Amino acid sequence: MNAREEVLARIAAAHSAAPPPDLPYEEISREYRTTSDSAIETLTELLIDRLVDYRALVRQCSADDLDGTIAEAVSDRGAHTVVVPTGLDSSWTAGLSGSVLTDGLSADYQRTISELDSVDGVITGCAVAIAETGTLILDSSPGQGRRVLTLIPDYHLCVVFADQIVADVPQALVRLEATRPLTMISGPSATSDIELNRVEGVHGPRTLEVIIVSPSTGSGHIQRSS
Amino acid sequence: MSDASERSLSLSKGRSSTSSDRMLPPTSPRGVGNLRGEDRFPVAARRTLADTQLRRNLGKATTTIRAKRAQVVAELPDWEQLREAGRQLKVHTMAHLPDYLAQLESAVIARGGVVHWARDANEANAIVIDLVRAKGVDEVVKVKSMATQEIGLNEALEQEGIAALETDLAELIVQLGHDKPSHILVPAIHRNRAEIREIFLREMADADPALTDEPVALAGAARQHLRRKFLSAKVAISGANFGIAETGTLGVVESEGNGRMCLTMPDTLITIMGIEKLVPRWQDLEVFLQLLPRSSTGERMNPYTSMWTGVTPGDGPQEFHLILLDNGRTAVLADAEGRDALNCIRCSACLNVCPVYERTGGHAYGSVYPGPIGAILSPQLTGIEDNASLPYASSLCGACYDVCPVKINIPEILVHLRAKHTETYAAEHRVPSAEASALAAAAWVMSDRKRWTYALRSGRLGRILGRKRDAIGEVPLPLVKQWTDARDFARPPKQTFRDWWAAEHGGDR
Repeated sequence: MNAREEVLARIAAAHSAAPPPDLPYEEISREYRTTSDSAIETLTELLIDRLVDYRALVRQCSADDLDGTIAEAVSDRGAHTVVVPTGLDSSWTAGLSGSVLTDGLSADYQRTISELDSVDGVITGCAVAIAETGTLILDSSPGQGRRVLTLIPDYHLCVVFADQIVADVPQALVRLEATRPLTMISGPSATSDIELNRVEGVHGPRTLEVIIVSPSTGSGHIQRSS
Repeated sequence: MSDASERSLSLSKGRSSTSSDRMLPPTSPRGVGNLRGEDRFPVAARRTLADTQLRRNLGKATTTIRAKRAQVVAELPDWEQLREAGRQLKVHTMAHLPDYLAQLESAVIARGGVVHWARDANEANAIVIDLVRAKGVDEVVKVKSMATQEIGLNEALEQEGIAALETDLAELIVQLGHDKPSHILVPAIHRNRAEIREIFLREMADADPALTDEPVALAGAARQHLRRKFLSAKVAISGANFGIAETGTLGVVESEGNGRMCLTMPDTLITIMGIEKLVPRWQDLEVFLQLLPRSSTGERMNPYTSMWTGVTPGDGPQEFHLILLDNGRTAVLADAEGRDALNCIRCSACLNVCPVYERTGGHAYGSVYPGPIGAILSPQLTGIEDNASLPYASSLCGACYDVCPVKINIPEILVHLRAKHTETYAAEHRVPSAEASALAAAAWVMSDRKRWTYALRSGRLGRILGRKRDAIGEVPLPLVKQWTDARDFARPPKQTFRDWWAAEHGGDR
């Protein structure tokens, strides 16, 4: 018997010695909340509260002001060179005065690790954001880039559109494709390993800044539920 | 509410050590890994209890984390419903392990990964060594992983001349301090900032002599120390918090970004996962991603969670190996009353609330799995005879059960394992244990009123023993010592209750 056969045979032996209870998948209790009727304004406020709690920086703007807000954030940070993933809306970086490098998803167009290590920051979008937990989820689709892109630079500027914000974890998972490389980010990297004191900034970006984009002027009062 | 009714009826109840035992799955082998301590718990605990610095560090840390957990758990109105869903998901998964393992395996292979199976620690270590050698490297970076600690992977690699660099800050502190981890989540919980600074200055060649003991400065030193290693690493080794059968997706939950570094920078990734870490479907993660961070670090969500499925061209490691590990897990599965220990998601909430763990620390348990969960998991993985003292390392207060995110009834399993230990002992020894003899003697004494009254009066003799500190500690007599070396007794009163009653109310005896 090879190891695979033997481990499976052992499980069968264990199950026959101590038959497990019959609990079909469909009958698993799911009494927890999977929906929310909070308005988008409420979810946005909650997301901001959570992000600030993680000591992330937060800005809000309307879709019309996005390029200006990005330029302002990058300039306040003092970042001269930033890297962006392919597929990022080029208008987002139109207002930047420094240089903008692009990193591709295919190996031919990728920046080297030392290039990524020398830029001042990275700008990306995201796939979905969870209000309750203050979590941004990147799934490596265009405009979000491969996983190392948001790991090596010390400053990550992430743009979240209001319609990407969901109430809680269950609503977020529904929107995602599991087999894509996924990164869930809740605040800057941190450790609590020294006397359980939270310290921001170990190996990932030490500064996380989030721009939350509300729909363009005039549509700000539309109520939506997620 | 009635957990008893939810539990399975065991057909194997009362199974004695007969020939059928030979058919049962083997426990983890001796001589490898870190599941067995050198000393019995009472001996090791006595040693750690004497370390006042350790007790201060632990007391401070566990108090902090208990408060944080309680606060974020209270925020969720459906916490109990999530716990119940988590429990049922685990129970269901354990009953369908072969199907889910096969499903996971084919999903990983379909996405370009390679799947290996390991019967035990030795086999898992050998697979890793072969894979690392094939890459021609003598250094690997590691994400904190209980499974690799359990099988003693670092030690096995070292014997082959391969250096395994721990990249989690706490694991790094433990590794540089030539120490052992003492907590599932915060392995260096027994060290304070001043001790950590000393270790860094002594062991890190690139540490700044002016390094202070501020946590920010210490974390900065670790960042600097590890960064060059990350950027040049060729092979990484990780564990997995979850393996999703439906999609073949693996997940690592972490805080520092060292996990992301290991999971995305090197060309080759080797992941070792216990066969019990399975989750049936992608959407089921909605339960565990709410339960785990709040239970373990007391956060609404941990800073980083990485999920990957096989290999993705242009993103992350282009060679991926998954090792599915048994190492005694199937032996646990064969015990209807003990197998829920496999449902553990390694959050460590039970350690933080345990009055025993809080005082003795993790080293006293001898195994990499300390605290209440360790007291039920380690003896089952190794066989009760190799960790016989652990089921007794508890006051059965039940705090661990209350906080467990998947509702493992730890006190009930502790009692079950104590019974199992007693039965095993009785089966193997012709002379009854001290406890059994004492109980037999007590039965004889208590069955007669006269004998009982005299026995109670003789209890006053105990006053002689407890003179010094008004309590009776260890009594250096055969049989009695076994019982008293871990228990203090109140000094008996001068008069028994019966004698007092007779004196106050007169005659009737």
